[in-house]
Amino acid sequence: MSSRSNLEKVLSNGGFAVTAEIGPPKGCDPIKIKEKASFLAGYAHAFNVTDNQTAVVRLSSLGGSVILLGMGLEPVMQMSCRDRNRIALQSDVLGAVSVGVRNMLFVTGDHQCFGNHPGAKGVFDLDSLQLIQVVKSMRDDGVFLSGDRILAGNPDVFIGGAANPFAGPVEFRVDRLEKKINAGVDFIQTQSVFNLDRFNVWMDEVRSRGLDKKVHILAGVTPLKSLKMTERMKFHVPGVDIPDEIYEKMKKTSDPKETGYEIAFDLVNEIKKIRGVHGVHITALFWEEIIPKLVEASGLLPRS
Amino acid sequence: MIITKQRDLDSIVELVSAGSVFIVGCSECATLCETGGEKEVLKMKKDLELRNIEVTGWVILDPACNLQNDKRLFREHKDELDKADRILVLACGNGVQTVAEIFDDIDVIPGTDTLFLGETKRIGDFKKMCNLCGECIVYLFGGFCPISRCPKGMLNGPCGGSVDGKCEVDKDVECVWDLIVKRLMKRDERDKLMRINPPKDWSKSTEMFWRSYR
Repeated sequence: MSSRSNLEKVLSNGGFAVTAEIGPPKGCDPIKIKEKASFLAGYAHAFNVTDNQTAVVRLSSLGGSVILLGMGLEPVMQMSCRDRNRIALQSDVLGAVSVGVRNMLFVTGDHQCFGNHPGAKGVFDLDSLQLIQVVKSMRDDGVFLSGDRILAGNPDVFIGGAANPFAGPVEFRVDRLEKKINAGVDFIQTQSVFNLDRFNVWMDEVRSRGLDKKVHILAGVTPLKSLKMTERMKFHVPGVDIPDEIYEKMKKTSDPKETGYEIAFDLVNEIKKIRGVHGVHITALFWEEIIPKLVEASGLLPRS
Repeated sequence: MIITKQRDLDSIVELVSAGSVFIVGCSECATLCETGGEKEVLKMKKDLELRNIEVTGWVILDPACNLQNDKRLFREHKDELDKADRILVLACGNGVQTVAEIFDDIDVIPGTDTLFLGETKRIGDFKKMCNLCGECIVYLFGGFCPISRCPKGMLNGPCGGSVDGKCEVDKDVECVWDLIVKRLMKRDERDKLMRINPPKDWSKSTEMFWRSYR
């Protein structure tokens, strides 16, 4: 690739990368996203800008990414297959790269019934695996899905995908990662890790197949902010595995923020030791302020 | 009715490949479409045998989408089914899956492609009429359904592409909005045409099950 992203450089040089999520606002005033971006600047190598996550309408990930670029921050622009067909997806990849986006993360997307427009028609023309394959061949072969040639500039993009070691059927989770690698993914951000035992079982299998040599895996970390959030994630968010031990800690504590922070701190330190994990992806839902402290205390501060 | 068309014999033979096969037909839609009634099942038997594929037996389900009744009918063909390497189903996608639900250790092969819910204009001539969207709104459109019959599914048509009552996508397709406009104008129901129809609630179209009892 001619113009590589900082994230790609860090990962390909064997560094331990930090990415952090920035959720765009429900409106077009850029002040909120700029505020978040300014206090997170310097604390991660790149910043995920989510694409109408949980099917709630927000400022677009492209708009958010452009704002970050304007502030000198490197975005990981997320793209979901829920709201766009193959024409719009390919077009938006071109548009994003044209304004300087170099990392993108492709997901199938949460079903629209979970969001604030449950009556929306879900597009799902492609799924995440297909989209990854499409973008890889746009980048490497210069062809659209149709087979037509790209005439003016292949999109140089570091291709990201998601993986959930905790979803069912458990016996297929590593295969699915392998399938994503075969489709062309360069880096993976996992579902938030709370259950280290299960994550280690998954990583053992990943390493035994040599997959950690083929893709950069960033483990998801989500600091728990409150008991309510813990319960919501434990009981209502599909594919999240919060062990009872962590739940009990959050129940007993008189200072949930401090306890949630400590749990996240311990998780990051354990994750750092796992061979084959090349970074962490921090998703601090409605609690981005905690990220600088967590990154600094864990010794993960990116060297600029 | 569920409109199906039979796949071409070569592609069926390719899917069946070597080995023996048991053929399943359906007494309802596939019979009326002439894709999976007794006549077509027997013809398929003959065609496969001409290609040196052994047919161990056949049955016409009544209809294929009735799970419990299928199980009962299959019991009468147990020996023939035991001898078969594959089951070829000449019914709609629902029929294929209901059969596959019953046999979990054997390949179930679709012998038809399921097209749409439609009307028989005359034998062998079908027209798409319904997308199973979960909330019928034809009363807003003079009895025509723009969801299923306009390729863009426009609720506030027509688009700018129809010419002489024909659709821009395919000149053999009548523009449903042309029909809607003409009928409502004739009935002097311009108010219906001038109403801005709101975005449809597609959540109704993603119902995954329905129980009529409580």
